[in-house]
Amino acid sequence: MRSLLLSLPVLLVTAAPVLADDPVVRISIKDHQFEPAEVAVPAGIKVRLLVKNERQVNAEFESNSLHREKIVNPGSEVMVFVGPLDPGSYDIFDDFNRETRGRIIVK
Amino acid sequence: MLPTAIIVFREVLEAALIVGIVMAASRGAIARGLWVSGGIAAGVVGACLVAVFAATIAEAASGMGQELFDAGVLFAAVGMLGWHNIWMSRHGRELAAQANRLGSDVRSGSRPLWALSFAVALAVLREGSEVVLFLYGIALGGNDGPAAMGAGGLIGLVLGVAAGVAIYWGLVSIPMRLLFIVTSWLVLLLAAGLASQGAAFLLQADLLPALGSNVWDTSFVLSDQSLVGRVLHTLIGYTAQPAGIQLVFYAVTLLTIGGLMRLVAASERPAGAKGRSAVSPAE
Repeated sequence: MRSLLLSLPVLLVTAAPVLADDPVVRISIKDHQFEPAEVAVPAGIKVRLLVKNERQVNAEFESNSLHREKIVNPGSEVMVFVGPLDPGSYDIFDDFNRETRGRIIVK
Repeated sequence: MLPTAIIVFREVLEAALIVGIVMAASRGAIARGLWVSGGIAAGVVGACLVAVFAATIAEAASGMGQELFDAGVLFAAVGMLGWHNIWMSRHGRELAAQANRLGSDVRSGSRPLWALSFAVALAVLREGSEVVLFLYGIALGGNDGPAAMGAGGLIGLVLGVAAGVAIYWGLVSIPMRLLFIVTSWLVLLLAAGLASQGAAFLLQADLLPALGSNVWDTSFVLSDQSLVGRVLHTLIGYTAQPAGIQLVFYAVTLLTIGGLMRLVAASERPAGAKGRSAVSPAE
């Protein structure tokens, strides 16, 4: 516990911020589905997801395994960075419309 | 109608559980109903304001305004709950003694009910703003008509409030002297859980490292999305797939507030005993 606490300031300084040249993946929220419903991203690096809400109602882009939760106003686009991630499959969904589900496949 | 009811219920549930615990924790305090209902009212007004300015908040801080706002609200609530718990561990014994002497000079005016009231307002603001945004969206372009939306929203609200009332009645059935200990623990765990949620938002804003994106995964046993998972998420901060940084914030909050509670309780004991025996030996 103590070593974890002591290492926190170091990690804060060394954690690389999301940069403008990190890879971008675009995801659209449509009626009852993401488009594309599955996106592949490389493991071990940060990726910027640009999530666009193409519906006329509010959406909340959410993922339990990625710890992400962000409201996307109708017609607008938000940036959600993810990573660096281990290979695997991560769930995403619209918390305001649970039929809209998708996956992020990390390879 | 049903999806509306479910979503409204989920959001109201968290705020209602917090209000229920706060009402039980402040049992016996003067004007607590006013403080708590004032907090709820302020939270509702705040929720509407947040919903109106949602786009402005979202665009602030280079698109990370939502994350910073949510984290700020959560950490402020942690501070309020922590402050009340620490204050109570110093004065709780004295208040309990006063409560037992009926009609005596109960001077609980100095008790920081404002801190609990503020914590309630923040909880209602956070969950309420999501409800408002969601319902507003449905009203604008959803498939539900206004009647179905209203009915769904009302059902969700009533069920959520019922959960808060249930936890309150469960808690107040505990004898008064134990109630203080139980609610102190509940408020402490609640605060730690909120701090862990706040850490997740700072992680999302890229201000903190994850320290392991999923330290464990118990979603196959108890999902965050299930009713029980949701209730435990609010009450003790349960997360099926926590990031390492969330565990750090949980532990640090628990140890900091818990440690300060012990510290002031210990420093109160000798001084309080001395003062009391000198003034009123009859007690």
